[in-house]
Amino acid sequence: MNFSFTDEQNLLRESVEKLIAAEYPFEVRRDLAASETGFSRELWRKFAELGWLGLGIPEDAGGVGGGPVETAVVMEALGAGLAVEPFLATVVVGASLLKHGGAARHDGLARLSAGELQLAFAFAERQSRYELANVETRAEPDGEDGYRITGTKSVVFNAPAADVIAVSTRTAGRSRDREGLTVFALDAGAPGLHVREYRTMDGLRAGEVDLDGVRAGRGDVLGRTGEGIAVVEEAVNAGIVAACAEAAGIMTRMHRDTVEYLKHREQFGNALSSFQALQHRLVDMFMACELSRSMAYMAAVRLADPETEAAELRRAVAAAKVQIGRSGRFVGENAIQLHGGMGMTDEMPISHYFKRLVLIDSQFGDAEHHLREMAGTAP
Amino acid sequence: MDLVLNPEERAFQEEVRTFIRERLPDDVRERTWSGARMDKEGQVRWEKILNERGWMAPNWPVEHGGAGWTPLQCYLFEEEMEAACAPPPMPFGVSMVGPVIIAFGTDEQKRRFLPRILSSDDWWCQGYSEPGAGSDLASLKTRAVRDGDHYVVNGQKTWTTAAQHADWIFCLVRSSREAKRQEGISFLLIDMHSPGITVRPIRTMDGGEEINDTFFEDVRVPAENLIGEEGRGWTYAKFLLGHERTGIAGVSRSKAQIRRIREIAQSETSHGRPLAEDPRFRERLAEVEVELMALEYTILRIVSAMNAGTAPGPEASILKIKGTEIQQTLTDVLMQTVGYYAHPEHPPAEPGANVAPIGPEHAAGLSARYFNWRKASIYGGSNEIQRNIIAKMVLGL
Ligand SMILES: Cc1cc2nc3c(=O)[nH]c(=O)nc-3n(C[C@H](O)[C@H](O)[C@H](O)COP(=O)(O)OP(=O)(O)OC[C@H]3O[C@@H](n4cnc5c(N)ncnc54)[C@H](O)[C@@H]3O)c2cc1C
Repeated sequence: MNFSFTDEQNLLRESVEKLIAAEYPFEVRRDLAASETGFSRELWRKFAELGWLGLGIPEDAGGVGGGPVETAVVMEALGAGLAVEPFLATVVVGASLLKHGGAARHDGLARLSAGELQLAFAFAERQSRYELANVETRAEPDGEDGYRITGTKSVVFNAPAADVIAVSTRTAGRSRDREGLTVFALDAGAPGLHVREYRTMDGLRAGEVDLDGVRAGRGDVLGRTGEGIAVVEEAVNAGIVAACAEAAGIMTRMHRDTVEYLKHREQFGNALSSFQALQHRLVDMFMACELSRSMAYMAAVRLADPETEAAELRRAVAAAKVQIGRSGRFVGENAIQLHGGMGMTDEMPISHYFKRLVLIDSQFGDAEHHLREMAGTAP
Repeated sequence: MDLVLNPEERAFQEEVRTFIRERLPDDVRERTWSGARMDKEGQVRWEKILNERGWMAPNWPVEHGGAGWTPLQCYLFEEEMEAACAPPPMPFGVSMVGPVIIAFGTDEQKRRFLPRILSSDDWWCQGYSEPGAGSDLASLKTRAVRDGDHYVVNGQKTWTTAAQHADWIFCLVRSSREAKRQEGISFLLIDMHSPGITVRPIRTMDGGEEINDTFFEDVRVPAENLIGEEGRGWTYAKFLLGHERTGIAGVSRSKAQIRRIREIAQSETSHGRPLAEDPRFRERLAEVEVELMALEYTILRIVSAMNAGTAPGPEASILKIKGTEIQQTLTDVLMQTVGYYAHPEHPPAEPGANVAPIGPEHAAGLSARYFNWRKASIYGGSNEIQRNIIAKMVLGL
């Protein structure tokens, strides 16, 4: 047992923190979120140069190696800086999918780690809520070795910038069957593929992806035909663990900002931090941050360990997501509350951290959903 | 004890219900139901309809144009309004400054201001908070210096709700420097169209602009706009705070929210079935309903005591804390019903706007509302300050 960071992991964290401190003051984040593309392509190139985009990708596939723990280290630090760059969508979820790529996508991972490829994963649908096998988008055989894909995918993060959009489809069976799913990698410009772009409440970009008879070949299949659920779950698990680390970074930052604010804000002739009722609240928030961080890294370690059994991994990931969802509400809502009117304003960074933190809960399934996964009570 | 309304009370309830059903404009109801932002024109239209019927100010005495109802009638009226998705009148005139003018104003002030509050021709806003004076309101610094038959006002108010729509603002100002801070404060009515007033909108995290900074630079205010005596403003403000609190629980509004959540849950799915049939979802909603019921019967106990002539005490703080906590929980549950559709910045759900919704139509604005409603535990005396009040005034600590 060793639940401490290695020197390399600490160095990695410091390098992300350094970049955030030097180049990512809140005003930059605000401008980027409002910009045309919604993030900085220049910073993305810098991420590539620093090797961050190749994390989790084997060196022989053009990456820099490392695994879920390294990814979590980066995500936590990016969370603390509230970065809008699509690391989660492209480097975490996207790379996990592309690893299953067939011949047609053989250079994808190398291009991804060089910063030349943006990805999005279209897995949710209107009726699916958080169920990954609840897929009605259909891929029907078309000609010798092809398919035509028809359906609509909901709230696809990073879809506006994506060069490749991975889509979960049904090639057999009925909606909610675990069998019969197939994941395809589609070029964003493919005829019949349409993205309705929008901003999200937390300053990111997403879109509704409409697939109107989009043509795909066998070479576009990620993983095996009909066994796509494994590919989907692997990508979503990676996404959850990374999102938990991001949330831990956000929470810790919100807590720190709140402590600072209460030290400087005076009412009734005293710093607000001198009131014991508020001190206890800050302590409860602090505990929630620490517990969340433990759970985020526990899940990352389990995910990194090839020995972890499937059931154990599912439990670890679900538990972490429950903890993060609950603690995120507690820390976030109290941080706003303790800032008083200032916490409500768009001007203060704290409200932007809050929005991202709350919306992480419903990304890849909220606390309610994962609680049932753990308890085994999902119908 | 008896929890059943008597025949007169039931008849009263029925009369209110019928009136609202017949006269509330559809577009106004629709706006309230969907949680869209307040729009002044619709609000004024509805307030004028209420006023025509004599119901704009339920709690004012009849001689001043109020309905002169008992506390129980006022409560039943509020309930019916909220249940029918009728927006209550803007509080700043009718519920806040009106009662102060009635209790402490001159006859001339009553003649001048009350009718225009009732007719909704004057809109009011509340100028209490300042950047340095929030919870500790008595530390306010905006100064009013007497100059002949005027006061000259300088300073800054903040978080002023609806200042951009308001014709008048009631302000707490410092008119002298006394040893005891509360004693140098006066209650002044200021014309928002006066030279020297600047209003600057403050954007909130949900993207709305309902609050403002309000700046005063050498604003000349006729001395006749002073309420009561100079230096007694704190007393009047405290009187008003008592008025602010009973309505803030919003029990019926919360009940209407629960109905809306149920309706949306019919068309959302969970594990292949309507969300409304999901046991965990139903249990979660039932938990909130229990809390709401406990609150409702606590209010009824207070209203009963008021009906018997006992003024609401600091126990009213319970209503503020619990009521806003429940409202906030409901905004969260509501947001969660739409799953991923909490994420998009939805195009504004303006009636007649010709933009296709993103995802289900009912998802628009739900997360914005959750974010916006964090305000409810901050304003009107924050929930921490309410706890201090209970600790001090009720428990004697
Ligand atoms: C949307 C909105 C609309 C508003 N509209 C108006 C309006 O129309 N007119 C108007 O005058 N004002 C308005 N307000 C202002 C509101 O009344 C103040 O925000 C409120 O009084 C809190 O003051 P503050 O923001 O300065 O917070 P602070 O007083 O700085 O408080 C910060 C935090 O510390 C806590 N705290 C403070 N003192 C104590 C203590 N002694 N013990 C324990 N905890 C404490 C508070 O509860 C809060 O959580 C509005 C506010 C909002 C958010």
